[in-house]
Amino acid sequence: MFQIECPYCGKRELTEYSYGGEANLSRPAPVDAEENQALTDYLFSRSNKRGIHFERWFHVFGCRKWFNVARNTITNEFVDTFLVVEKSPVDDQAKP
Amino acid sequence: MNQKNRLTTGGEVDRSQKLNFTFDGKTYSGFAGDTLASALLANGVSLVGRSFKYHRPRGIMAAGVEEPNALVEIGEGAYHEPNQQATTVPLHEGLVARSQHRWPSLAFDVGVVSDKLSRLFPAGFYYKTFMWPVRGWRFYEYFIRKAAGLGACPDQPDPDTYDQRFAHFDVLVVGGGAAGLEAAVQAARNGARVCLAEQSDKPGGQLLHHPDQAIDGLAAAVWIERTLEELTALDNVTILRYTTVAGNYGHNYLTAIQHLRAAVSSRLQKHHPRQRLWKIRTKQIIFATGAHERPLMFGNNDRPGVMLADSVSTYINRYGVLPGRCILIFTNNDSAYRLAVYAARAGAEVRVTDSRDGSDGHWVDQARAAGIRIDFGKAVVNTTGRRKVTGAKVMSISSDGRTVDGTAETISCDLIAISGGWSPVIHLHAQGRGALTYDDNTGAFVAAGESGVSGEASSICVGAARGCLDFRVSLEQAARAGAAAALKAGFGKGEATRISVAEAMETGAYSPLWLVPAPKGSREGYRKYFHEFQNDSTVADIQLAMREGFDSVEHLKRYTTTGMATDQGKTSNVNALGIVALHSGQDMKEMAPTTYRPPFTPVTLGTIAGRQHGALFSPERKTPMHDWHLEHGAVFEKVGDWLRPWWYLKPGEDEQAAVVRECMAVRNDVGMMDASTLGKIDVRGPDAAEFLNRVYTNAWLKLAVGKCRYGLMLNEQGYVFDDGVTTRIGENHFHMTTTSGGAPRVMTWLEDWLQTEWTDLDVHLTSVSEQWAVISLSGPKARDLLANLVDFDISREALPFMSMKAGTMAGVPVRIFRIGFTGESSFEINVASRHGLHIWKTLAKAGDDYGLTPYGTETTHILRAERGFIIVGQDTDGTTTPMDLGMDWIVSKTKGDFLGRSAFSLPVIAEQTRKHLVGLLPKEKAKLLPQGAHVTMKRNQPFPCSTLGYVTSSYDSPILGRSIAMGLIENGRDLIGQSIFARNLDGSSIEMKVCQPVFYDKTGEKSHA
Repeated sequence: MFQIECPYCGKRELTEYSYGGEANLSRPAPVDAEENQALTDYLFSRSNKRGIHFERWFHVFGCRKWFNVARNTITNEFVDTFLVVEKSPVDDQAKP
Repeated sequence: MNQKNRLTTGGEVDRSQKLNFTFDGKTYSGFAGDTLASALLANGVSLVGRSFKYHRPRGIMAAGVEEPNALVEIGEGAYHEPNQQATTVPLHEGLVARSQHRWPSLAFDVGVVSDKLSRLFPAGFYYKTFMWPVRGWRFYEYFIRKAAGLGACPDQPDPDTYDQRFAHFDVLVVGGGAAGLEAAVQAARNGARVCLAEQSDKPGGQLLHHPDQAIDGLAAAVWIERTLEELTALDNVTILRYTTVAGNYGHNYLTAIQHLRAAVSSRLQKHHPRQRLWKIRTKQIIFATGAHERPLMFGNNDRPGVMLADSVSTYINRYGVLPGRCILIFTNNDSAYRLAVYAARAGAEVRVTDSRDGSDGHWVDQARAAGIRIDFGKAVVNTTGRRKVTGAKVMSISSDGRTVDGTAETISCDLIAISGGWSPVIHLHAQGRGALTYDDNTGAFVAAGESGVSGEASSICVGAARGCLDFRVSLEQAARAGAAAALKAGFGKGEATRISVAEAMETGAYSPLWLVPAPKGSREGYRKYFHEFQNDSTVADIQLAMREGFDSVEHLKRYTTTGMATDQGKTSNVNALGIVALHSGQDMKEMAPTTYRPPFTPVTLGTIAGRQHGALFSPERKTPMHDWHLEHGAVFEKVGDWLRPWWYLKPGEDEQAAVVRECMAVRNDVGMMDASTLGKIDVRGPDAAEFLNRVYTNAWLKLAVGKCRYGLMLNEQGYVFDDGVTTRIGENHFHMTTTSGGAPRVMTWLEDWLQTEWTDLDVHLTSVSEQWAVISLSGPKARDLLANLVDFDISREALPFMSMKAGTMAGVPVRIFRIGFTGESSFEINVASRHGLHIWKTLAKAGDDYGLTPYGTETTHILRAERGFIIVGQDTDGTTTPMDLGMDWIVSKTKGDFLGRSAFSLPVIAEQTRKHLVGLLPKEKAKLLPQGAHVTMKRNQPFPCSTLGYVTSSYDSPILGRSIAMGLIENGRDLIGQSIFARNLDGSSIEMKVCQPVFYDKTGEKSHA
């Protein structure tokens, strides 16, 4: 079971959190068009990374804050924790 | 009755304490300290089960958790438990055990016919044989289910209790063998909090059955005692016996199952928790989990009387049982020679067949010195006997192990002890995503180093678990690992002190022998060469799978079911890879074992559930008026975690009569319902209105203070997610309500948008569901009743439909909302929770003259369905849009962005045929449609046929005197006026007419009154 670093509360057990999927998706402004690749990508396409994955976590049984982490999906190592408004210095394109 | 195979001396059993037990109804006796397996062997019981697929006779093969064959049923009635390994069940007085998977009896089993027909049941035969005709599966399945499976499921609830416990340690040592003991003692000497988990009753591991191994000049048993004494005396050490670490879930979180009964006298057992689940978080882990011996592959190698060599040593030296008098040892490594010496010492006739060209190791020399005959360059190719081995056929084998030749010599024996090498127990290491590498010296996969997360290695395998079969090296390795682990956890200087030194013993080289080649011209081929005993998978099955293109080991595993039985292939996985490598010409170094997954050994579901069942399964939430409901005959329904009155029973009334009475009271007079469970969120901030504008589909900016508005929330896919009425309390202050079950979900959803996407909005959310008690007063007389109880004007003009007023009622402040869910004139009285019961009682008392009737959720559901109000989650299914519900009116076309809007242009919503929510009126008024029933266009349309949709809500309406229903029906609005058919489970049809989903007060005039 993971231990995750909440940027507000510190390291806590996985059971205090809920997972929020991939981070840094950009929500497109509404356009009324049948072909809307940006929208379908936003709704349905995820990178499913092998390696460093930026993802959202919610400290549901804690401070109730959303934050982002960089997790290595191969080792489950949590490489970085950062605020929603921050950018992580971790390189997610590096070869796993 | 007499234990004919019991030795007069030796072993850890207490011969003064006799224990009686039964196996298949026959009474036997064993001694304290026995396992069921050792007691059965002591009594000469060699046949203990029938195999899974071919019903072949099977006996005890191993002495521990790796046992594939000896699965038995233990206990009776509610205490019955199937598929228990006889090798791990501690014997106790009165133990009742039965063999499984045989009929009518173990000795004479009808299913054995499948062995004769084994040619017809190769790998994947299910996939090939039962696929045509398609409908045939129903017929086949009945017989397959009867023939397959092992033990029978218990048919009564588990009467036992189970414990759970969280624990934190600095160093967890898994396995209490020589390496584990040494690692634990070194870590503990450095001051770390150490836990030593040992799966059996007694630490010592292999030393317990290799008593000749001296350590620090002491006999093995003395060294174990000395080390245990030191550990026990230390405050920072926890020793868990009967404890199996079952899962390694990453980040050094492991679960362990502790068996608590074995240490308790049988008289107290029923009152004592049976098992405890330990949830362990540790800084460092040392896996001293030992190794499992591998069997060798030859013809009919599954016959009872073929056992793993080291397991036979265990029975002799630990349990004082000699399972055979005339023993043939077949090996490809030195370790089995220890058995030769022990067995000869115990009085057995011993002979060794060794596939290698020779060896001069310590134990080989010892065997020679004992005068034991050793044949190098020979291999067992087949066995004789029926339900028990009577002999072995031995031929010469080439140095490379690829061919056998010469004439087969038949050697009589009653036990064949085999050793194909050792597989380190790397399961927990691999579960923790530790890497593996193939080691040529031992012919096995070993940990490729340390493993762990957060940059720094935090687990390590030592001793036999690391592929080290030499006690001297193992102890040294373990000592250093123990000290290093303590240092990494922040204790000591990483120095091992007073390292125990084992007497060194020279060992000859291991030589791989994955498969004894079938003799030339053999008719049987490899069809009786079993590599996976529990699932009855043979070498021929692997060969077939490979011919059919299952190159990937993961695919091959699933096709042949290798390693998929309850033992998870502890004895078979590496052998299967060896056979694949042999046939594909691959190097073992290119192979990788299939994924290791928890649990290491089967875990009883009761242990996982712990105390969290029955009333403790989930929390119960009660409203402030709960006790009043109880006193007035309420029957409760669980909605989410809430307990809500379903209906109130009057004396002599049944459920139906109660619901009719409640419905009619609301329609004709007045009723009240406890609506405290409604989700309530306080929304404040300068951007509150803008925020609501983005999360609801309709417009919110211009809502006047004191006014209420109904809203639908959609998810980003455009589907209805929740609904409720939100009221503007002040310019920057709203009171939002959600569905009772949806409150936490909505709160989390809204917080997500505020925190991550709309960080520009200044809005604060507070959950106030439990702070407000809510009473819904509904019916034509509601206003008259309430007007007498409040100190402010609630006339139709002062408090019109969809508005709110605050004031005082019965001495306490209240907010009264002119909203409802019944279609009658309704008032939702919101009051601080602590005054909820007071206001409820005030109403109840004042309501007598008005015929005020408390009503429950069932009545609410009927009344709202009569008016065609939806319940999100019942009349929607997660793929329902507002347009599907005929609620286009609530979707703003002008306000710009809101959640879900963009998705409306997607083809799936804009173009495809959609299901519409429509009303359904059964042709027969008295006929109630089954909720969930699928709908077809034609009467009795033959299956399979496509469904038009399904019935979402269906009730008998007391006010209409007939049944009504709603359903999500494909293009339903185009079908209005037509007859379609709901289908019962038996296929019969109920005719119904499609209509608008409003059945009562179609203009809404009563709501507005």
